[in-house]
Amino acid sequence: MATNSTEVETLVKSKYRHGFYTDIAADTVPPGLSEDVIAMISAKKDEPEWMLEWRLQAYRHWLKMREPNWAHVQHPPIDFQAISYFSAPKSDADRPKSLDEVDPKLLETYDKLGIPLHERARLAGVAVDAVFDSVSVTTTFKEKLSEAGVIFCSFSEAIREHPELVRKYLGSVVPRRDNFFAALNSAVFTDGSFVYVPKGVRCPMELSTYFRINAANTGQFERTLIVAEEGSHVSYLEGCTAPMRDENQLHAAVVELVAMKDAEIKYSTVQNWYPGDEDGKGGIYNFVTKRGDCRGDDSKISWTQVETGSAITWKYPSCILRGDRSVGEFYSVAVTNNLQQADTGTKMIHIGKETTSTIVSKGISAGRAQQAYRGLVRVMPGAHKARNYTQCDSLLIGKECGAHTFPYVEVKNPSAKVEHEATTSKIGEDQLFYCRQRGISEEDAVNLIVNGFCKEVFKELPMEFAVEAQALLNVSLEGAVG
Amino acid sequence: MEPLLEITNLHATVEGTEILRGLDLTVNAGEVHAIMGPNGSGKSTLAHVLAGREDYEVTDGEVRFRGRDLLEMEPEERAREGVFLAFQYPVEIPGVNNAYLLKAALNAVRHARGEPEVDAIDFLKLVRSKMSLMQMDQSFLNRGVNEGFSGGEKKRNEILQMAVLEPTLCLLDETDSGLDIDALKVVAGGVNSLRTPDRAIVMVTHYQRLLDYIEPDAVHVLSRGRIVRSGDKNLALELEERGYDWLREAASA
Repeated sequence: MATNSTEVETLVKSKYRHGFYTDIAADTVPPGLSEDVIAMISAKKDEPEWMLEWRLQAYRHWLKMREPNWAHVQHPPIDFQAISYFSAPKSDADRPKSLDEVDPKLLETYDKLGIPLHERARLAGVAVDAVFDSVSVTTTFKEKLSEAGVIFCSFSEAIREHPELVRKYLGSVVPRRDNFFAALNSAVFTDGSFVYVPKGVRCPMELSTYFRINAANTGQFERTLIVAEEGSHVSYLEGCTAPMRDENQLHAAVVELVAMKDAEIKYSTVQNWYPGDEDGKGGIYNFVTKRGDCRGDDSKISWTQVETGSAITWKYPSCILRGDRSVGEFYSVAVTNNLQQADTGTKMIHIGKETTSTIVSKGISAGRAQQAYRGLVRVMPGAHKARNYTQCDSLLIGKECGAHTFPYVEVKNPSAKVEHEATTSKIGEDQLFYCRQRGISEEDAVNLIVNGFCKEVFKELPMEFAVEAQALLNVSLEGAVG
Repeated sequence: MEPLLEITNLHATVEGTEILRGLDLTVNAGEVHAIMGPNGSGKSTLAHVLAGREDYEVTDGEVRFRGRDLLEMEPEERAREGVFLAFQYPVEIPGVNNAYLLKAALNAVRHARGEPEVDAIDFLKLVRSKMSLMQMDQSFLNRGVNEGFSGGEKKRNEILQMAVLEPTLCLLDETDSGLDIDALKVVAGGVNSLRTPDRAIVMVTHYQRLLDYIEPDAVHVLSRGRIVRSGDKNLALELEERGYDWLREAASA
């Protein structure tokens, strides 16, 4: 940690190489967005010219775009000039010295989730010694990966070390101009992850942001790029079940996945950003663009997500099924409680022949929360015998929440087969009473029923994630009944 | 000896309509009681009020269970104290493993009794022995709770749960309805295996048929929310022959 901030300071103090002038030399860029600010971010990260140019083009386009308003969410207008677009990691002096100084409520949650002690300190932002348990784990982990030829590093490092790969694939799935928030991210992204799996390699372990050094402080405008070459296989885990302390209200990440012929990418997310308090104060706005491109024949991309956090979630992990017989999957559990809002779903774009997609979406709404499923299944004229199956279930807990479904289906090939099933149910008084009559408390009964409802999605998660996800759901729905 | 269950002048309404109108009933440990009566007489309401269903409002009267005020307790508390209701229409809970629910229930009950949690191996041993009693296939354990079960399977599952949880007071709500004769014999066998000196069974039923297999110590006829006649098993036979009308007239007179 100490090394990091020294590095950043060095960067900050160095002169901008690209001829822009500014007199700011602090760790945090003052609020506001301009070409100067973008140049400064790029300079702080020691980026090459092409990267800066790429950012500036995104920014210039973003200026001409308008914030979308079609999502079924409500929030006050975001003042993009009031946001600070770069902040260096906090120095140790500003951090809590020990867990004793951390909000007891946060600690209580860690306890319920069974987070190991040394992890708690890291998550709560406590200044920890440079040598702690996970460092040695990380080292072993890195060695194993490099033996297999897998590149797994931070995005900044990838720009420095593997510029040819980044240039080739960056923006090739989510173009800079794709949408308002993607354009914003392209202009100002701070860091993220880069994964490259060479031809024929089966990644020897699940890749997790958890193990990545410098994982902290990349959250606000995160950029992830995963490329799986022909015949390769990779499973990537994003996020953490523990609520992360974060000062940034707006999160606009972009994730791009590229799967070549016969390659498979499995991308699992557990998202638990701060949802705001019971009255909806505070909380993260999570506006994410995630898209996978099944570029080669017989490739497969599978998204699994458990979304319980954030005040507002706006997220549609999608698959472009370009290769013949390619497969796209989307498994989602989204939980909204209190005043949380979520508009989430997926897009499956069938281009290649005999492409198949599966969508299983489970939405749970409690309190006064509002949730929408929004999905698009598009079958292009050339997608002979494309098939889609969509199942979209909503569970309501209490009387004041809402669930909405917006399925869009566009079929331009007559041989395609598209199925859609949707249900909305209330957590039954009958089910609750049945469990309670067997001696199970009301709260445990709700957890039991909700976990049963989500089972089809949980079974898609890697084992250890699935267990954590269940615990997380229980914590998220605490007090939802009664 | 103190009765296991003592109901005095019980009045209960559902959505503003009075269903139970001054019901009295005393059940001692070791006894099997059958509550019979025409549709709408309040049989199922009685079972649900005793189990603590919230849609039913108790407006008057008292229920004492092992000397304690039953009506004061939450449904899960009653269950842990030993009140078990075998539902007429057991609800489906999709995705929740049958074995998982049963283990959670058993541990909740054991916890209340001050007993340690049962481990997975002992639990399986216990459940398997009860399943063979109920002639149920092992695959039931891994299916969703009542999910896709036939009517008969659901009823067997209720009795299986009862046999595992070993309650003190078993309430059976029309357990015989929808069962063919073979299934009825199996279910009755399960119930009879639970007849012990320290346990009581109260069966709500429409037909005498069930009583051929589970012989009651007392039979009560419920009409318009009150018990209008009590007797031994011969009363059930009389009802089978004469119907309920003669008692209904007696009640309104």
